[in-house]
Amino acid sequence: MSVIQHSRTPQERLASVIGASGPGIDQIIPRLLFIALLIGCSLVFLAPFAWLVSASLKTRSEVFSSAWIPDPFAWNNYVRVWDAAPVLSWLKNSLFVGVLASVTVTLSSALIAFGFSYFRFKGRDALFSLVLATMMLPGVVTMIPVFLVWDQIGLVNTLWPLWAGNLFGSAFYIFLLRQFYLGLPRELFEAARVDGASYFGLWRHVALPLTRNALIVVFVFEFKASWTDLVKPLIYLYNSDLFTLPRGLKALLDQFGQGGEMQWEIILAASVIVTVPMIVIFFLGQRYFMEGIATSGLKG
Amino acid sequence: MSGQSLVTRLSRRERRVTLEQRERLAALAFISPWFIGFIVFTAGPMIASLVLSFTNYDVINPPSFVGLDNYQRLIDDPRIELSLKNSFFYAALYVPLMMVVALALALILNQVGKAAGFFRTVFYLPSVTPAVAVGTLWLWLLNPRVGLVNRGLDLIGINGPGWTTNPDWIKPGIVLMSLWSVGSTVILYLAALRNVPVELHEAATIDGANSLRRFWHVTVPMISGTLFFTLIVNTISALQVFTEVYTMFFGNMRSGTASSAGLFYNIYLFRQAFEFFRMGYASAMAWLLFLIIMVLTFIQLRFSKRWVYYEGA
Repeated sequence: MSVIQHSRTPQERLASVIGASGPGIDQIIPRLLFIALLIGCSLVFLAPFAWLVSASLKTRSEVFSSAWIPDPFAWNNYVRVWDAAPVLSWLKNSLFVGVLASVTVTLSSALIAFGFSYFRFKGRDALFSLVLATMMLPGVVTMIPVFLVWDQIGLVNTLWPLWAGNLFGSAFYIFLLRQFYLGLPRELFEAARVDGASYFGLWRHVALPLTRNALIVVFVFEFKASWTDLVKPLIYLYNSDLFTLPRGLKALLDQFGQGGEMQWEIILAASVIVTVPMIVIFFLGQRYFMEGIATSGLKG
Repeated sequence: MSGQSLVTRLSRRERRVTLEQRERLAALAFISPWFIGFIVFTAGPMIASLVLSFTNYDVINPPSFVGLDNYQRLIDDPRIELSLKNSFFYAALYVPLMMVVALALALILNQVGKAAGFFRTVFYLPSVTPAVAVGTLWLWLLNPRVGLVNRGLDLIGINGPGWTTNPDWIKPGIVLMSLWSVGSTVILYLAALRNVPVELHEAATIDGANSLRRFWHVTVPMISGTLFFTLIVNTISALQVFTEVYTMFFGNMRSGTASSAGLFYNIYLFRQAFEFFRMGYASAMAWLLFLIIMVLTFIQLRFSKRWVYYEGA
């Protein structure tokens, strides 16, 4: 296989990777145009990232220049962000909220989904339709009263409202996990019942281990949702020590950006700090992201 | 059968009833977290929000009942009309463009062999970028003087518009930004394209259909379910755009032309609720949005019967 590959020209090798079959000249030219189009589209998607990282490493006087490679490299920008704001606290808060939000929503949604899939009881389908219907509700309808609830119990300006609502599951994840549970053969559960497993045991020792991938899908999606959310931190957090990374970046933008002192290199360095962890997590869990998107299409 | 006494048969039925009851109890236990959450975070707040919409409430003083005043103000307030127009203009521009771009990219990826996974990742990367970072980055990219977009346009001889300063170009600039995050729809469309049976294309080819006709008469009908799903979901979410635009043009010490041209409905609602603490008015705004979304979705569902093809239906 590799020998054959080496005997080809680079274009042909590329063409074979991209999926071209025949080597005829009338096919190669459209194929090359096609490859150029594909690479062109990719560059359009990647250029903003490159421009972001590049500008975050430029000095104040260079930041408006058109050069792609910073000269000199101002690594100092990242130190300045670190000094200007409690970035470490923001990172810790984001991680704390992200992990708690994802763990709680995964476990609670799985528990609830099991209730809606293994058991057959009167009114189940009507109740499940209600679960699905809540997905249609715009978040702003409940936003204000939910804020007032957290305000009543004195937890505004703490991290609690950012994750604790996840203890009660989330409609979309309940739907998604139920799909997976419905795919499990019922005999597995009956066998476990014969062996004396409790209902909780059926979920814990049969359903959960068999749907590990689905649980990871839910976990990574919720982590992304939590990591990128600005609305809840805007509503609930006042002290800058409590900010999550997105809320912190917004504060920096207000302080150093258009309204303030125009220190774009600081703001862009902060944007890199907010973005990089998410990109890393995406690459680690890529197949779960793709699986999740594919499954979410089932809703239609 | 005949050997079975009445007593054993009765006790068996009894046991079955208790099993049924036990199952129901267990099921209720499993779904109880959802039920509690539904009451505390959905149903209760919905009722509370409706009640609040008939009051004036600033969080500090107790709410005072004002009847339909807030709804009357929805009609009188020119910024309601403005923000609704802004949101609808954005949705009407973004959703069709997004679907066309996503479908084009998915069609390209569908022609790609082994490397499709790599390019899929490239197109999806913007979608995992935090929305605040997207807004910040694009405020920079769309900068009329030094932004990458206008520099790129400059290269092909176009004098780029004031994306962040000219009221007429602010929403198109926001649409451009949103199109960058088209990745998840591309992945959905690609999955749908791969489910179109090859035999259908072969049969159409034998019947003499060229690739354009095959696209319109085979591909589009076969993926119409997915197209419809993304139309509904993205219309609903486009009308509720908040984070990127709020990041770019609103917040502390911000005002200017963008505060009118970029004032989307949810931004105005958020400001009413959490910057001016007009909780009653903001609740009325929320119900208006809910109503609009329900009506729109209903209309789209009605129309879908004409053009969406469901397999096996």
